[in-house]
Amino acid sequence: MKPRLLIIALVVVAIVLPWCFYDWVHHRHAGFLISMFSQMGMMVILALSYNMLLGQAGLFSLCHATFFGIGGYATVHLLNAAGAGDLHLPMEVMPLLAGLTGLALAILFGSMATKQRATAFAMITLGIGELMATAALMFHHFFGGEGGVTTNRMIDNSLFGLTYASGIQVYYLILAWTVIATGLMYFLTLTPLGRMANATRDNFERAQFIGYDPRMVRFLQFALSGFFAGIGGGLYAITYEIVTFDALAAPLSANALLMAYIGGTTVFGGPILGAILITMLQSGVSLLSNSWLVYVGVLFIAMVIFAPTGLAGIIKAHGPIKQAGRLGYLMVPYLRLVVPSLGVALGFVGLVELMSFLTIGAAQGKKLALFGGPIDVHATLPWVISAGSLLIGGVWLRFEAARFHRVWESLTTGIRR
Amino acid sequence: METVLISVLNGLVYGMLLFMLASGLTLIFSMMGVLNFAHASIYMLGAYLAFTVSEFLGFFPALIIAPILCGLIGAAIEIWGLRKVHHNGHIAELLFTFGLVFIIQRLVQMTWGMLPMAYRVPAVLDFPLFALYGVNFPAYRGFMLLVSACMLLGTWLLLKKTRIGLIIQAALTHPSMVSALGHNVPMVFTTVFAGGCLLAGLAGVIGGNYQTTEPGMADSMGPIVFVVVVFGGLGSLAGCFIASIVMGMIQTFAVVVDYSVADLLRPLGVVLSGDTLLTEVLTVPVARIGALLPFVMMVTILFFRPRGLMGTRDA
Repeated sequence: MKPRLLIIALVVVAIVLPWCFYDWVHHRHAGFLISMFSQMGMMVILALSYNMLLGQAGLFSLCHATFFGIGGYATVHLLNAAGAGDLHLPMEVMPLLAGLTGLALAILFGSMATKQRATAFAMITLGIGELMATAALMFHHFFGGEGGVTTNRMIDNSLFGLTYASGIQVYYLILAWTVIATGLMYFLTLTPLGRMANATRDNFERAQFIGYDPRMVRFLQFALSGFFAGIGGGLYAITYEIVTFDALAAPLSANALLMAYIGGTTVFGGPILGAILITMLQSGVSLLSNSWLVYVGVLFIAMVIFAPTGLAGIIKAHGPIKQAGRLGYLMVPYLRLVVPSLGVALGFVGLVELMSFLTIGAAQGKKLALFGGPIDVHATLPWVISAGSLLIGGVWLRFEAARFHRVWESLTTGIRR
Repeated sequence: METVLISVLNGLVYGMLLFMLASGLTLIFSMMGVLNFAHASIYMLGAYLAFTVSEFLGFFPALIIAPILCGLIGAAIEIWGLRKVHHNGHIAELLFTFGLVFIIQRLVQMTWGMLPMAYRVPAVLDFPLFALYGVNFPAYRGFMLLVSACMLLGTWLLLKKTRIGLIIQAALTHPSMVSALGHNVPMVFTTVFAGGCLLAGLAGVIGGNYQTTEPGMADSMGPIVFVVVVFGGLGSLAGCFIASIVMGMIQTFAVVVDYSVADLLRPLGVVLSGDTLLTEVLTVPVARIGALLPFVMMVTILFFRPRGLMGTRDA
């Protein structure tokens, strides 16, 4: 499929999707799903804007949530002002103002952080993120302390006459802004700035020789990514009508990194994939398991070691094979990977769950239950089954992976010839 | 006066603890160009391991065993993890250690639970060492100072006076030359990484019962250690030492200073009133923003000296 068709298809799906889960009997939307789709929208913006740094400019930032959060706080205060009648602005432009707040803060911090690159940059941004998170807990006037700041999004001022009383209207607002922001970020990759960001990522000294200032490129890229993160934060404030310190703390920055990296930083659409996937996991698995962060962490590390191009990069690598019409040859090797992978996954999940129920679950008074029956975490059998499954699956997977690798190599070298 | 003296001593204890963590981080960084984000997680692991070992064998064996275990874990991380991602560049290495933070954090929670551990100061050292103006100085803090001073001396001797130290120092700046002379440079890398983790583990053993041993201890210590390393200048051990002590002093002194910027302005005839963000920022006492100070300091020094106090090179 051509990229353009894929984009149109994605947008159409996003428009239609809420109505697939519409409850026609009671005439209402599935609230949980609508809020999950809304969350996906903002996370897509967050992950894409993060990838402007990590993927496109090679900058590992740890304070990205700062700009997201500040956009959120700004929007909450703007909405409160609008609700009090002090401000006459339609709802639809609020995210833009949030973005400008993010931009302003990113210019301030970017002027310091972008003096450095690579490791030093990462540490400085870590410090900046902690600075803002600590300050947010300290200064109640703007940040509201631990309780955060609340607002009411029904300001009765809209370009289209909408009230934004229901979640579905907010969802379409988020969708519209996500499409706009994504389009702008894609457009940026085509500009000379986007190209120079790639150049400074790959070889900053050479970029310097051509006559560009890598620092300036880094700075511009940083500031603009802060702008887009701010838009995401604005949408966050509108959706939840409350912004707390969570919106700018380190876990969200880490989340942005995970989404962008697991999705794939080398392809523009990768972070979109990552954001959708991680948000789904977060809303789904985190309800089922205490330890879903372990799974995400292990997935992340596995990606760093084995697939640094991310999911989108893996998919993209199939392109030449598909073009040569040889995709069928991979079918059997892929199928052969399924059983040992399931064994490894099952064994690992089993061990993690058993262990966490032994300590955390016991403290919370929870019992591990599987297939409808309770499982005794102190018995030996579940441990042996999990460990055995992990071990046998692991050895088998190694064997099959080597085999897969051989098939893959022979296919790609065949095509190159 | 008494508050100043007591604060100086406490600041020194905390500063030395910070240095034990930060020195390992600096050594690893200057050798491999990698910032080990999981360094504070190893510190946490050291405290937990020490707790478990001291349950069975007592505190003093734990003081030896737990750091060695941490060193072995560090070596394993280097051999089976970092080395594999090395060819993907520095960002991949950073990301790898960053992912480790999550995993170690959750593994600790899964093994020991979410609640703080009852890891206490050993009874042998649980007495006041001396009293200053009626305030007792616990013997355990004196012991911490002793351990960190021995560590400092030991590391210094190892790096400056032995053949191993010579090779390590040479490998810092000229890895390919050292390799050409027949030394196993990857092995040196592993040793340094394990050594750094050992120091972090040692800091965990003596810091775990000085502070509290709980799953959040890595998150609270990590950013401060990174600030220390940036403040002192990346790759400079001396700068790192000064920064650690300064940071320790600042953190302990901030707690006892009950003044705010507004108090400074008052003699100048500036009286603040009203309820705005600016007034809040200016009237908050230093004691309350103690946690903020390290980060403010870092941003300030980066503004004036982007390489930190004694930094020799950019990352």
